[in-house]
Amino acid sequence: MTETAATNAQDQAKLAVQAAAALTKSDDSEGMSYLESLPRRLVTLYLPLFIILVVLLFPFYWMGLTSIKPDEQLIDMENYNPFWVIHPTLKHITKLLFETEYPRWLWNTMYVAACATTLSIVASVLAAYAIVRLRFKGGDAVGVLIFFAYLVPPSILFIPLASVIQAYGLFDSPLSLILVYPTLLIPFSTWLLMGYFKTIPFELEECALIDGASRWQILVKIVIPLAVPGLISAFIFSFTLCWNEFIYALTFLQSTPNKTVPVAIVNEFVDGDIYKWGSLMAGALVGSLPLVILYAFFVEHYVSAMTGAVKE
Amino acid sequence: MTTMQTSMPAQAVYKDTRSLWEKLRTNRNWLALWFMLPTAAFLILFLAYPLGLGVWMSFTDERIGRTGIFVGLENYEWLWNDSIFWLSVFNTLLYTIIASVIKFAVGLYLALLLNRHMPFKAMIRAIVLVPFIVPTVLSAIAFWWIYDAQFSIISWSLIKLGLIDHNINFLGDPNMARGSVIFANIWRGVPFVAITLLAGLQTVSPSLYEAATLDGATDWQRFRYITYPLLTPIIAVVMTFSVLFTFTDFQLVWALTRGGPVNATHLMATLSYQRGILSGRLGEGAAIATAMIPFLLAAIAISWFGMQRRKWQQGSDND
Repeated sequence: MTETAATNAQDQAKLAVQAAAALTKSDDSEGMSYLESLPRRLVTLYLPLFIILVVLLFPFYWMGLTSIKPDEQLIDMENYNPFWVIHPTLKHITKLLFETEYPRWLWNTMYVAACATTLSIVASVLAAYAIVRLRFKGGDAVGVLIFFAYLVPPSILFIPLASVIQAYGLFDSPLSLILVYPTLLIPFSTWLLMGYFKTIPFELEECALIDGASRWQILVKIVIPLAVPGLISAFIFSFTLCWNEFIYALTFLQSTPNKTVPVAIVNEFVDGDIYKWGSLMAGALVGSLPLVILYAFFVEHYVSAMTGAVKE
Repeated sequence: MTTMQTSMPAQAVYKDTRSLWEKLRTNRNWLALWFMLPTAAFLILFLAYPLGLGVWMSFTDERIGRTGIFVGLENYEWLWNDSIFWLSVFNTLLYTIIASVIKFAVGLYLALLLNRHMPFKAMIRAIVLVPFIVPTVLSAIAFWWIYDAQFSIISWSLIKLGLIDHNINFLGDPNMARGSVIFANIWRGVPFVAITLLAGLQTVSPSLYEAATLDGATDWQRFRYITYPLLTPIIAVVMTFSVLFTFTDFQLVWALTRGGPVNATHLMATLSYQRGILSGRLGEGAAIATAMIPFLLAAIAISWFGMQRRKWQQGSDND
């Protein structure tokens, strides 16, 4: 009995991910598309889709191409076709990895993102569980407040935060970002996890309560294992947000070795050199790849996080 | 009945014997307080307090390295007479309105395309979202190179096609720069709008379309009377987020133009950074940031009341 309830709960918790999976996986229903002729589909579907995809992907092609182009081909557009590369070189990438502090920046970015995300997920799990299941006085109001916190943009907070960070003595330290990023992540993850926790049946918790489990035990042994898909979604999305964050990192970090990839790329590579483009593009490419790879593995979780947070 | 009466006092006695520690550990409200504590700490220390502090700072003449004194509305009076500030307000509104409208139109169109049956559907949908995954600054750097005055690939292609005879100065000419920045923003925002609207489209039952087709509805009628009404709630939410994030955008403009040429692409956020952090006039920067709040509240209010009206029309009081 309990086992079936548990599997039911697991099924329900997975529903959101499956909804996202439906988004990314093809379904078998053809709908009414058989009514259309091929030329008509070509003009109304494939052609516009192709154009949009080309526009969306071209900057990445250009980024990748530039990062492996030898310098003389970069600036000579008469003798070489700029859309292609002859004798590709890894010079820009090796220069980036071995002659600059790029690995250090990459490490900073990853370290800050991982710490901030972990902190936020722990805080969000506790908060979401309290709001959804403890039904305490004023719980709904707290939920709404957290939603409003999601709508407060970093660009109106960075100036006062800079002086707060200065006052706490955290200026130019990665710790400042680790402590500030959760304000961007917690509201979002809390709302996402609230949605997941709502799908876990009450009966499971009631059983455990009768068996003498404390709320903490229920959370750790029942709710969290059932909400794993939701946790992965929240983690992936938060991690991406941290990696992408710019204005706080730009404001709080001063010394070159402490910078994160986005800030370092904008500030450290920009000199008057016309040959800077190769290393700039290599830097942008290497900085994006980890996220794209992560995304490729967790597409469904990512999409469910994105759509879930909007739907709630 | 009698059993209840006898059991009631017994329970009351049991309640009274719980120690304070026991109450703190098991009482619903106390327990919730412990659970909410980490979240509350983060959000109060680094969100609510700075929000208030920002408004306060906008009434002081604080500079980097020196605490400010209260100067009343002086910062705002100064900004009121500052043409660059008004230019940034104009730019921000222009940027937000044009980018949001196009993002909505293209995003909805792309969502409708992706919702149709085709080979490699899963892969295409996954690829569409890539511009949204890649950090904005890094793709902005790619755009910077694409928009380069000398080696722009767009200029090169158009010259080879014989459409123009000299390089386009994408980021050097005020209006071209505005257009270029807006295009980059649209490029990044469309996938988000498209994929979230696609999630909404998936919930529309295909049988509605089949029924409408049998009744002789055209493509446009099916969109106007089935898709659009059912999609309205999610459109409202997605566009609210899109407008808020576009209005407060900083990184794209900072990476591409830093507000130039001649302040033509300065948004309120970038101007606030330049005045507040780079020039060190924290008070003035905070005043510019605070001036964004009314716009944000207006955007939230519009979408909120839009959704309320929708609910009222549909005659339901929840969802």
